[in-house]
Amino acid sequence: MSQQILRKLRLTSQILFFALFIFLLLKSEFRGSFKAVQGDIRLPYPVSIFLEADPLAAVASALSSHALYRGLLWSLVILIPTFFLGRFFCGWVCPLGSLNHFFGSLKSEKKRGRQRLDSNRYRPWQKLKYYILAALLASALFGSLLVGLMDPIALTVRSLALGVLPGLNYAFNSVLDALYGTQVAPLRFAADAAHFLSKDILLSFKQPYFRQGVLLALVFAAILILNLRITRFWCRALCPLGALLGAASRWSILGLEKRRESCTDCNRCELDCQGGDDPVPGPPWRKAECHLCFNCVGECPEAGIRFRLFPPRSETVERPELQRRRLVAGIATGTALLPILRSTPGFAAARDPRLIRPPGALDEGSFLARCIRCGQCMRVCPNNALQPTWLEAGLEGMWSPVLVPRIGYCEPTCVLCSQVCPTGAIWEITQSEKLGQSKDGGDGNPIRIGTAFYDRGRCLPWAMARECIVCEEWCPTSPKAIYLLPAEAVDSSGQTRPVRQPYVDPEKCIGCGACEYACPVQDQPAIYVTSIGETRSKVNQFVLSRERPER
Amino acid sequence: MTKDVNLQNRREVVSRLLGLGALGAATAGLGIWLRERSRKPERVAAGSPHKSFTVPPDPSLPEVVVARAEDPGALVRKVIDPLGGIRRFISPGETVVVKPNIAWDRTPEQAANTNPQIVAEVVRLCREAGAAKVIVTDVSTNEARRVYQRSGIAEAARSAGAEVILPGERGFREVNLGGDILTTWPVFEPFLTPDRVINIPIAKHHSLTGATLGMKNWYGILGGQRHRLHQRIHETLADLAQFMRPTLTIIDAYRVLIRNGPVGGSLGDVELHKTIIAGTDPVALDAYAAKAFWDLDSDRLRYLRIAEQRHLGSTDLQKVRTKVIEDGQG
Repeated sequence: MSQQILRKLRLTSQILFFALFIFLLLKSEFRGSFKAVQGDIRLPYPVSIFLEADPLAAVASALSSHALYRGLLWSLVILIPTFFLGRFFCGWVCPLGSLNHFFGSLKSEKKRGRQRLDSNRYRPWQKLKYYILAALLASALFGSLLVGLMDPIALTVRSLALGVLPGLNYAFNSVLDALYGTQVAPLRFAADAAHFLSKDILLSFKQPYFRQGVLLALVFAAILILNLRITRFWCRALCPLGALLGAASRWSILGLEKRRESCTDCNRCELDCQGGDDPVPGPPWRKAECHLCFNCVGECPEAGIRFRLFPPRSETVERPELQRRRLVAGIATGTALLPILRSTPGFAAARDPRLIRPPGALDEGSFLARCIRCGQCMRVCPNNALQPTWLEAGLEGMWSPVLVPRIGYCEPTCVLCSQVCPTGAIWEITQSEKLGQSKDGGDGNPIRIGTAFYDRGRCLPWAMARECIVCEEWCPTSPKAIYLLPAEAVDSSGQTRPVRQPYVDPEKCIGCGACEYACPVQDQPAIYVTSIGETRSKVNQFVLSRERPER
Repeated sequence: MTKDVNLQNRREVVSRLLGLGALGAATAGLGIWLRERSRKPERVAAGSPHKSFTVPPDPSLPEVVVARAEDPGALVRKVIDPLGGIRRFISPGETVVVKPNIAWDRTPEQAANTNPQIVAEVVRLCREAGAAKVIVTDVSTNEARRVYQRSGIAEAARSAGAEVILPGERGFREVNLGGDILTTWPVFEPFLTPDRVINIPIAKHHSLTGATLGMKNWYGILGGQRHRLHQRIHETLADLAQFMRPTLTIIDAYRVLIRNGPVGGSLGDVELHKTIIAGTDPVALDAYAAKAFWDLDSDRLRYLRIAEQRHLGSTDLQKVRTKVIEDGQG
């Protein structure tokens, strides 16, 4: 059969794109290099290209921000061919689609014989994804990019980067430790070899830790396991990107022709149907559901079906056939969601003081209009400082980035998170802008992400008559935002001890959190950063003037 | 048991009971064995691989050499020659660890890390003297991957023929340093096993000790929560100096971070002195540099006094054999 080759091509494409996806995901960990750099230290690969080529991210962020950020123009490479050909992205490119495809092809008790055919029939619940899409796009139109929670690319990057890969890294290290622990020479040699081969690509430089990692991994596992019941349940029923591409293929010219005269009703075309789009004789073929996997034409022994341009219309349902009332309900849900989410105190009136956003992050409203929660910023952060939020940014901001100085501080010369952000929620900045070196742009003021405060009851020179000053040592601004004044503290024996007690100058503090990170009071540090004074906000301020200090 | 048990069944019964008995005995044995093994978990017993990397003193040679020059590389050779030449310190086939300060995400101009050209020149000298392996490493303060790249040291040292080792999570060993304050602490393994160690700190301001020089550079061999050590910094520094007795110390004062140390960040904090202070007496070298750039007498640097009491060197700069080479000389 001439169309047999198509499924082989499709499989090749899936493998290549999946490999590329994983390669770029691995390369989105910061590795550094031996090449000395004066200016911005950057990643060598375009690691966010899958996210930038994602039409849903582009459409939704265009709705919410009325613009298209940087590389999101790449999404047209997917969207425009979809107009002509249909959902080729789902079947040929999408990494989550390929994973679902693989898990859907595993043997399963729930998909044997008749049940397997039945499970691949078109079901009206497949329309659910269109209503989900309608709700998400409506909320985007009103300024919130909730779409990121369900966008398949963002979801896959987030789940793998924050949930799965850190776990694998831990497991890998445990095996290495066990091998090294044996004191058996060949095993230790094997461990050395494995370590050498994997240390620059597979193994993380340092074990990454992420809040929510377990939850993210579990959600991802659930999506994959659903395939054992219904092949590509996620893609058929839930995926908003699939829905968008299905809607976009309304006028596409590639379609399935059913030739009744050659068909023997063997139903083999339905055995491995990915989309649940009814390639079988009888019901019409559903264009918006088809992933163009070409399994049906590959299986057909009689040339009873084949793909061709401009197929006869009578056998095709070209539209998703949505029910107007449900569509309206979807839009209404998305529309109503935002006012409710934003009329909680957490959004403006009483924001969580520890909601420290990465440098370059836009004002909270604009930020939530752009952040798709892909987790790229968190993966690239060399200090593991950026973590997914739970409810610190409200339900609306779930899994968006927050800086947790106790885990890691923000290196003042580092701009990696702003390099990888695909949507401009963290606007691309340069090192000079961040440091406030006005020569190369910026207004001469450094980008502040918060301000440090002392908890004098826990601070060694303040409360316990001991020298310390580690916070001052680490303070990266010049002149230092932490200054020391000599004082005399009395210890328990009544002796006077000279100490230097630290203070914060809010005019100079940039909120990087190096002091909090380095504070030797390990469990609950004696200096901590809150978001007050962050450059991105007009209202989250407290000192009257914050001029750039004299140099 | 019923009457109709036949022979075959009886055999089955016996063998089943024997099998279960064996399983029970094995389980009990395993349980008792595991109970015998039960110990309260304790910290890993630390070894104490105390080792001096020094060379024998030579009364005909100076203990401290100070020189000035435009080129940092040439400057290295200018101070090493009067000290007896590199062959006095490095013999062919030896493994040498060079310990610059590679601590902060700063460029060479900002003078928070050792000058990469100086590091490279020291590596080259060691190679010329026939060292089998020259390792350049430091346990960074800021994120190591960024620091090694930004400081320019990784590139310079590697192209000069050194093996550059980034401190990751692996490779630390619990060691008893045998100090008053500093007892058991994780030490980065490359510092434990070499034949020779060359310390190349950069001279910087520090709020707690006035200046951070050669002895303070040994913080960079430690892992763990080393921030706690600041509470007793003077005793800790003396402990470290007692543990790490370097072959040679070369204080980089080409650019000196005169204030806002040890991180700096502004070129306004940097003074250009184009100087190196090198020698075999780590105490005298620190005392000299503190006096030269911050006008700090050794009374103000308590750790030097403690080190002197422990016979690690001398703070009496009048008595230390010092050779100062002015610009254009040598």
